[in-house]
Amino acid sequence: MNTPALVSILRQGHYLIASINTALDDSQMIRFQQDLIEQIGHHRSRGVIIDVAALDVLDSFGSLSLRNIAEMARLRGALTVIVGVQPDVAFAMVELGMGTGSVHTALDLEEGLVYLESRVAKAVTDMTLGISG
Amino acid sequence: MNDESPVSADASADSPADGQDDDQLLPQLVAHLREHRTKLRQEWASRIRDAHLLDAMTPQEMSAETTSVYDNYVEVLETGSVEALQHYARDLSERIIPRGVETQEVVGIVLLLRDVLARSLFEKYQRDFRLLNRVLDAYEPAANRIAITVAVSFVDERERVIRQQQDAIQELSTPVLPIRERLLILPIIGVLDRERARQLTEQLLIGIRTHRARVVVMDITGAPNVDEAVANHLVQTVDASRLMGASVIITGVSPEIAQTLVTIGVDLSKMNTIGDLQGGLEEAERLLGYTVNRQDGAADQS
Repeated sequence: MNTPALVSILRQGHYLIASINTALDDSQMIRFQQDLIEQIGHHRSRGVIIDVAALDVLDSFGSLSLRNIAEMARLRGALTVIVGVQPDVAFAMVELGMGTGSVHTALDLEEGLVYLESRVAKAVTDMTLGISG
Repeated sequence: MNDESPVSADASADSPADGQDDDQLLPQLVAHLREHRTKLRQEWASRIRDAHLLDAMTPQEMSAETTSVYDNYVEVLETGSVEALQHYARDLSERIIPRGVETQEVVGIVLLLRDVLARSLFEKYQRDFRLLNRVLDAYEPAANRIAITVAVSFVDERERVIRQQQDAIQELSTPVLPIRERLLILPIIGVLDRERARQLTEQLLIGIRTHRARVVVMDITGAPNVDEAVANHLVQTVDASRLMGASVIITGVSPEIAQTLVTIGVDLSKMNTIGDLQGGLEEAERLLGYTVNRQDGAADQS
């Protein structure tokens, strides 16, 4: 845990927003992963948005880590959406056969919030209805 | 002035006795070619026919073109300036390229003319070997220059046509059209090769970002067929679009393309395909939550 935290994780209501501003090496990526998973429990977040708009390259370890983060977040009760993948990055990723698996992606932060709003709010409403009904 | 080649140097001792100055050889030669114009031209035309060159042309056209080529040829020999010929050759190329005339045919006919004329010179000067040598010294460089000029003009013209067509193709290649808020259509018409597929992906991904698209309808009704590489590329494009948050609906897959895609074993499980463009647009509108109602008529009554 000696690696300095390079990714700021901000809380916004029920969601966490993590914006990756610079290319991360492997140890920094692991540090980010640990921080984020911890924060989800701490803030009782329902959704996570990871913004990669500033990245002009995403290697296989990077995309695998993002997939893992999403899976861990799901286990901790939060839905993850990756936003801001650049056109070149997107095509390079599929060419190298490293998609984001089942993780949802959206165009930008705004779209990501809309997506989470529609999925998470629905889950909450469903629950409320279930209790009242 | 005869020191330039060993053969001429050999002849130089006797040359004054010929009573012929080198300056006069070329005009003499031109006069000879003008004099026998009809005969030589016909012989040339018949040799073109025998060699099955320019089969695409009618006999009348052949006759007209051979006459002008012949006259231009002689004129270049006379003046030494290839400019007029260059112009004519370019003009001729422009007319015959659309009819599928090949480079070898054009070079072939010019070389035939060169040979026919050389033969006639042999015949005329056969009794005086030294003079013949000097005549050929004058004739050959000029004739070679003509052959080069015609060939280069033809190739230049063809390259110009190819460039023009490439530009045209590039321009109409891949329009990415927004037709509703967050909805793009991408009609693909014509053969998809690697380069075009790459360009298409690039334009689509950039289009998704600039138009903030959530759904893209890719219509391939107008694409005749695709090979394995291009099919894989299309699948990658769909995946890359998804990474940017847009889902792609593919419409208008022809029976041939469907067959190709299945035979080459591209993973199509993630592809959302709908029969035709109309269906694709309806599905896209459904995904985006649009409902389309007619203002009056039956749809309103229900």
